[in-house]
Amino acid sequence: MYKWIDERYNISGLLEFAKKKSVPAYRETIWYYFGGIALLLFIIQVLSGILLLMYYQGTEDSAYESVKYISTKVSFGWLIRSVHSWSANLMILAAFIHMFSVFFLKSFRKPRELTWYTGFGLLLVAMGFGFSGYLLPWNELAFFATKVGTDIAGQLPVIGEPLLKLLRGGEDVTGATLSRFYGFHVAVFPGIFTVLLALHLIFIQRQGMAEPEDWKDLPESERKYIPFFPNFTLRELLFWLIVINILAILAVFFPWELGSKADPFAPAPVGIKPEWYFMFMFQTLKYIPGKVLFLHGEFVGIAIFGIAGLLWFLVPFWDKRTPAGKRNKLITYVGIFVVTFIIVLTIIGYMVD
Amino acid sequence: MFKYLEPPEVEEAKVSNVKIGEIEDMEKDSGKIIKFGNKPVIVVRKADGEYVAFAGVCTHLDCIVQYRNDLEQIYCACHNGRYDLNGRNVSGPPPAPLEKYGIAIKNNEVIVFVEKT
Repeated sequence: MYKWIDERYNISGLLEFAKKKSVPAYRETIWYYFGGIALLLFIIQVLSGILLLMYYQGTEDSAYESVKYISTKVSFGWLIRSVHSWSANLMILAAFIHMFSVFFLKSFRKPRELTWYTGFGLLLVAMGFGFSGYLLPWNELAFFATKVGTDIAGQLPVIGEPLLKLLRGGEDVTGATLSRFYGFHVAVFPGIFTVLLALHLIFIQRQGMAEPEDWKDLPESERKYIPFFPNFTLRELLFWLIVINILAILAVFFPWELGSKADPFAPAPVGIKPEWYFMFMFQTLKYIPGKVLFLHGEFVGIAIFGIAGLLWFLVPFWDKRTPAGKRNKLITYVGIFVVTFIIVLTIIGYMVD
Repeated sequence: MFKYLEPPEVEEAKVSNVKIGEIEDMEKDSGKIIKFGNKPVIVVRKADGEYVAFAGVCTHLDCIVQYRNDLEQIYCACHNGRYDLNGRNVSGPPPAPLEKYGIAIKNNEVIVFVEKT
């Protein structure tokens, strides 16, 4: 059987490649597992998402009811929905940890710029998944979070207005918005995500795992590696098992709430909050006054986050010291500032109100 | 393709006034959101019994506002925006006041109408 397949598809070549592949073994190796963890959670997202599709109805009149039906009537429906929601959040968390570890280990440097760019794209699409998926149960919190989120996009100069209409399918958040978000969530984003993910993984396979900066001066004999297969793969599988267990505990003991149905004529409830990964931006907007000089406060907020995001994306361009083999403390300080900012504003967001 | 994605303009039903019930239907020092065509409008009955009405959408980021009698202000829960009972943005991020609607009382009935500017 093996011979039959090998003759046709050259499996031994693939195994040879897997045997040669290795991962640097040093005190930071633990961070190398998080990309794989994010991948596992994405696979769980796809599978649980397909199961939810069997019952979900994406219209203004039936979306909330269909999710309620899944959660209360369908056998294990509550569990599938809870797994989908929790694994989405864990996936974003794993992706954030993966991104910051790559940033601090400076693995984005030459020749891995494109891996960084595709990774950043994946994170943006993942956040798009989160934002669009949040609206699908058509509950009160999601309704207002979408109103705010799309209105922020509408504040952009020139393209703001058409973008707002494009996202909402009209002037306001209505059933038309739900239809569009449903389309983004189950068709547009999965398509983009799959292409970016394929590129991201191909780049990693072609270039191998990044080695620590100071290994450049180390003699070959002092560099330690572990084989990717089976050693690293088995350890990754162990991590996957741990994550699956955490996910199961969260999904079973803390089932995802549904809340009350969205009512376009009800006041925004006190304590409205977006998903936690948008919280730091949401909280920052609260502190920016209505007018900053002659500009709208929210425009200033969007501009600050837009520029910061662009600089983050372009880090391989402006980090000139690391590729030259010099330590770049500035990068580390920027990273520490960003992580601290995100964590502090997120905590404040949950503690205030 | 962009033209396709741009939703066609929908003819809005033109509403110039809405009856919201009799004077005593709303308690003093309370507020509620009413449908004005397809727009939300907040109607507040002040502690002294006077009625006022404003556009119900926060000028900051589009959330629907509410009346808070503990503050005697109109409040937006999304970003802690506050307006006084003249519709003026007095605190938080809202950049502009709420658009004012008129109130008329006819035969003990409260009518909200669009004020001509």
